Amino acid sequence: MATRLNRAKWNEAAMGYLFTLPWLFIFFTFIVFSIGYAFYLSFTKYNLLSPPEVWGLEGYRRVLSDELFMTKALPNTFKYTLIVVPLQTFISLVLAFAMDQKLRLRRVFRTIFYLPSVTSSVVISLIFVWLFAPQGVINQIFRLSVNWLDNVNTAFYVIMGMNIFTTSGTLMLIFLSGLQDIPTSLYEAAEIDGADKMQSFLYVTIPMLRPVIFFVVTVGVIGCFQVFDQIFVMTAGGPLDSTTTLTYLIYKWAFRDTTIKMGQAAAAAVILSLIILGVTLLQRRVIEGSGSSTA
Amino acid sequence: MATGTQSFPKQAGQPDWIDRLEQFKTPFFYAILIAWAIICLAPLYFTLVFSLKPVENAYTAPIWWPTPFTLANYDTVLRSFDLFPRWLMNSTIVAVVTTALRVLFCSMAGYAFARIEFPFKNFLFNALLLSMMMPGVVTLIPKFLIIGPGILRGGLEIGSLTIPTGFNMIDKLGGVILPHVADAFGVFMMTQFYKSFPKELEEAATIDGTGRLGTFFRIVLPVSQTQLITLALLTFQGEWNRFMEPLLILRSPENFTLPLGLQWFRGEYYTLYSIVLAGSLFNTLPILVLFFLFQRYFIQSIATTGSKEA
Repeated sequence: MATRLNRAKWNEAAMGYLFTLPWLFIFFTFIVFSIGYAFYLSFTKYNLLSPPEVWGLEGYRRVLSDELFMTKALPNTFKYTLIVVPLQTFISLVLAFAMDQKLRLRRVFRTIFYLPSVTSSVVISLIFVWLFAPQGVINQIFRLSVNWLDNVNTAFYVIMGMNIFTTSGTLMLIFLSGLQDIPTSLYEAAEIDGADKMQSFLYVTIPMLRPVIFFVVTVGVIGCFQVFDQIFVMTAGGPLDSTTTLTYLIYKWAFRDTTIKMGQAAAAAVILSLIILGVTLLQRRVIEGSGSSTA
Repeated sequence: MATGTQSFPKQAGQPDWIDRLEQFKTPFFYAILIAWAIICLAPLYFTLVFSLKPVENAYTAPIWWPTPFTLANYDTVLRSFDLFPRWLMNSTIVAVVTTALRVLFCSMAGYAFARIEFPFKNFLFNALLLSMMMPGVVTLIPKFLIIGPGILRGGLEIGSLTIPTGFNMIDKLGGVILPHVADAFGVFMMTQFYKSFPKELEEAATIDGTGRLGTFFRIVLPVSQTQLITLALLTFQGEWNRFMEPLLILRSPENFTLPLGLQWFRGEYYTLYSIVLAGSLFNTLPILVLFFLFQRYFIQSIATTGSKEA
């Protein structure tokens, strides 16, 4: 009896591993091992031609004293995130409220708003390069002659604007489903308690949306800190490095420069990941700590 | 939320101005919706217009209507430039194969996490949750090395034996597909789904003597259709549009995927922008068709991603 039970248990365990095997393989190869290997590489000098050579913290020192990293990529990335995340969150929230008014044609609007999100980042970037060209449609409509993407004062803002434009549709849908999940009984209770519209918005809608806001801001921050495709296609980091972001710089060091600096790029990637984790945790405390303790 | 313009009994202490604002609410929200709709449609509209104009008119007025009209750009994309059909084919292979495998592997693992008892299950599941917080950029370089040349160039030599340390899939579509055939988010999503799934169906099958594998493939998979379609659409869209990994892994133009090909084409023939525009619409079209066919699932997939944290 005991052996049979044991056998059944063994079978069950074997089944468990059989079912998870493909995922386990990918997980251990491309996540667990990769993270470990990324750390290892970050302490080495590696140009792909000769084997990695351990040099301790020298890679980190080089990253942190690199002018392009410190004066361009790092501030640019923060600037990009600080402008794009609040704007896309605000716009998508406003759109979600407007959509939640049960107006006519809202299904049509929903489809239209989602269009920019189904278009690939490369395609939308190629379209914007052409729209914002010196003789492009934007200059023709507004009768301007600005070389948008070749001007240090405008290039980065065009990329930011485009990103806000492409992500707002998806974020709007996330907010909308969040709004629709708020039970009507809460609004009714607030009304019985004598709350006016403004109060029920402030004391019912916003607190109930807090987890969704946290999610949208987190996704936004993580995405913005790693922006790459748009930069690659639209400006390749230029003009004068005014659109070089951290991920673009990491790509440049690891794959594009004439002397490949894989170790240094890995160190920069570790630093960027720590920044992202730090910011995510900080904002979790800011958004969730200030209100009820929704986990 | 409040029911549009319907007026509520006025409460004591509610200032008048809020009442007065109420009547402007509907037009105000319409104005917002219409303004954003125009912003969303304009770039695609101009793309369509100029893709129907001759290449030499890529920057010339009129901008609102395709005159002079031509289908030449589409003809180039579909017939005279052989690389376009290849890119379309490559993108399709990458997106379809990745989608099929990811849906299968994630639902298998999700089912195991929800239903089967095995050693280290909780530990593995926590590791999975933790990995979802990790920014993708950190594994960019190792992933490239593992798919391509290997972490040790020329392989690991033990005596006379040489063990390769990489998959050697540079410039192969397999290299783009492999790392994405299973992932934490997909497994997590399927686990949550199977946890809320009634056990009775499976129990009936077990009594009938159907094994775990049989139960999963013959009973569980078919009834999880909705969830599988949702994950499939999410994956297809992501893979169809993916850029960074193909950029690092694929090298020769005939192996490019469509987004990579379009970007490359733009660099090689920058004067032929109308063709880029026509090609861009080809990249967008399949996703649009899927979107219209499965709108409900798309909306659901976004709601699912949204509730991941909540």
